Amino acid sequence: MANVNKLKNKINNNTNFGEKIKDVVMNNIVTIIFVVLCLIGIKLSGLPIFFVANELVTRISRNSFLVLALIIPVLAGMGLNFSIVVGAMAGQIAIIAVTHWGITGLPGFLLCAVIAFPFAVLFGYLTGKLLNKTKGQEMITSMIVGYFANGVYQLVFLFLVGTIIPMKNNVLMLSSGVGIRNTIDLSGGVKETGIKYALDQILKLPIFYVLIAFSILAILYNIFKLTNRRGIVNRREKQNKSKDSFKYIVNMSMFAILLILSIVIVAGNTPLKNIQLPVVTVIVIGVLCLFNILIVKTKLGQEFRTVGQDKHIAKVAGINVDRIRVLAIVISTVLAAWGQLIFLQNIGTLNTYGSHEQIGMFSIAALLIGGASVSKATVGQAILGTALFHTLFIVSPLAGKNLFGDAQIGEFFRAFVVYGVIGVSLGLHAWKNRAELKRKLKIE
Amino acid sequence: MDRSIRELMNHLGLPRIIIILFFISICIMAVFLGLPTDMLTNQVLVRIGMNGVLVLAMVPAILSGTGPNFGLPLGVICGLLGTLISIEMNLTGFPGFFAAIIISIPFAVIVGWVYGLLLNKVKGSEMMIATYTGFSVVFLMSIGWIIMPFKSPEMVWPIGKGLRVTISLGERFAEVLNKLWHIDAIIPGFGELKIPTGLLVFFFILCTIVWLFLRSKSGLALKTAGDNPKFAIASGINVDNNRIIGTVLSTVLGAIGIIVYTQSYGFIQLYQAPLMVAFPAVAAILIGGASAQKAHVSHVILGVFLFQGLLTIALPVASSIMSEGNISEALRMIVQNGIILYALTKVIGGE
Repeated sequence: MANVNKLKNKINNNTNFGEKIKDVVMNNIVTIIFVVLCLIGIKLSGLPIFFVANELVTRISRNSFLVLALIIPVLAGMGLNFSIVVGAMAGQIAIIAVTHWGITGLPGFLLCAVIAFPFAVLFGYLTGKLLNKTKGQEMITSMIVGYFANGVYQLVFLFLVGTIIPMKNNVLMLSSGVGIRNTIDLSGGVKETGIKYALDQILKLPIFYVLIAFSILAILYNIFKLTNRRGIVNRREKQNKSKDSFKYIVNMSMFAILLILSIVIVAGNTPLKNIQLPVVTVIVIGVLCLFNILIVKTKLGQEFRTVGQDKHIAKVAGINVDRIRVLAIVISTVLAAWGQLIFLQNIGTLNTYGSHEQIGMFSIAALLIGGASVSKATVGQAILGTALFHTLFIVSPLAGKNLFGDAQIGEFFRAFVVYGVIGVSLGLHAWKNRAELKRKLKIE
Repeated sequence: MDRSIRELMNHLGLPRIIIILFFISICIMAVFLGLPTDMLTNQVLVRIGMNGVLVLAMVPAILSGTGPNFGLPLGVICGLLGTLISIEMNLTGFPGFFAAIIISIPFAVIVGWVYGLLLNKVKGSEMMIATYTGFSVVFLMSIGWIIMPFKSPEMVWPIGKGLRVTISLGERFAEVLNKLWHIDAIIPGFGELKIPTGLLVFFFILCTIVWLFLRSKSGLALKTAGDNPKFAIASGINVDNNRIIGTVLSTVLGAIGIIVYTQSYGFIQLYQAPLMVAFPAVAAILIGGASAQKAHVSHVILGVFLFQGLLTIALPVASSIMSEGNISEALRMIVQNGIILYALTKVIGGE
């Protein structure tokens, strides 16, 4: 696999610049199509840019964590983990418990995270075990696991709570004393009852001021890296040096553009400058991004990658393949549980039997729109995908209404896109795999 | 004796044994709770006929090697389209019913053919791709239901655009099959037995056709292509073509299946209704004893009886034990998806 990539790179270097551009376009065709779709959608919807941007900031901070939870199973070659739904259920179990005990605000949120952890580990372990029995069909299995777990979840919270599991709470439970209500308010009117905005409200700053500070820091970091490379004597690193310098300069100029843009917006006194950024939530997301990037550099991360590339070689190399795969799912499930907590503390209402259902699909669609595939996903793709996906979400009903005179068409189109993009990327992946397999057989 | 029981247990698998025992215990409970057994029996009979053809649609797909047809919504949508056109043509009764079937078949053949080509490109991940193809087509057609130029006032919204979400077939061909040769017998000690003979006969005729087809030359080729593709190639059978034939057959049966279903249900359900239609059908055939690679017509009959019987009887039993909520819905999800998961663990290959 690595050799093939090297060969590809060599070929790419030899071909001319035009070919290269074509390659880049073809490799990112999904993302490009969605950028165009989003731009058309924004134009058609006629929504004020302030509204779209504000909504987008909220939605990105709300959903990114869940999308990022998908990356490690992809790394481990298990495809897109539809069973993050199960993780979301673990998060909701914790929320129901904590709301029942009446612990609110940040302590409640942290307690939720602690309680969700063992549940998520257990669920992830079981899912992982099952996925080891269905190698090659992980995605459909994880999807059905989600449906199956949903049935068990309903059974527990509709019928066992109050009968087998002792619980008494007039607010949370149905009037008969058995089962949890359909919706649980996490904020409550005058008196706080839940964990709404527990994380978001800690610190809120205008986003463009944050961006200015961030881009200045980033530029300084890049300058530091660039100047600090002088003393390298290692021959191999010297070869990479010019390439690296180029990378740093590109990064720097991009941040410079961001900086100028932010300054223009702040100085221009547009309404955009009032958009608030939930700083702590974004920091938590940033930490997860770093975790996903750094784990690749550890031994465990390398084992994930080896298993992902070739299970047989991994086995020969002495890696316990099944254990690594279970671990990947456990990590993903735990992250999904926490991601669901972040999601719900922003939404403010727990839809007991519905909040988790769509999580897997929406997160996966977002990741794929960002340009990821079944076998490769990066942090950048996750964030970009979330942004594009939610832009489409915000604008499509109004765009549909303005274009066809019916908001429903926009909504159906949106759903079609969600399912379609998953179907198409899965199809393309399977098709590429087959083509490669055929080529290999021919060579042999 | 002991050994043969163990063999039978192994052959059935734990989930199936649990489901069968569960079914039996629910039947016993229904009797003890004093539920009207005659009504339940009648309902089970109707639901076997209603859902049977949709389950039958799984057989050619599984046998041709594409796995359980999770893309059943494609066929269902063709069937719905046929029904709508039949109503638009202002047909009623049997002509309406058969016109719906005849109109939907060409659509289903074309859709199934294209879908078969797609499935040939993605060998090894058919189930996942099929699921998402089905899902996305349901939403694409949701747009279609809004913008299609149907005129019949029974079908379109009086104000606004598009077709209604549910369309009544009461004036058209609701229950034409159910009422055909309908037997009404009062059996002492049991109650009133109503047998929807026409519906069941129609289902069994289709079963027989599929059964006969599988014994014909092309049916054998289809089975060989699915069972052992390498051997099939060696014997000069075109595997890809046979997979397409299996998919087309499955799609056509799906189209007929939904028409049978709607005539018995009395309403056409559009928009998101066909979204999850494949899962109960897949679960039913798996409960009947099929796997992702092997299926018989007998599995269809046994499976649809067990699964639909379970669902029909569990509902009143559950609600007489617990008044609140809909426990049978949760049970349906667990049984349905549990059996699919079990079948997935038995899929060979992958590594």
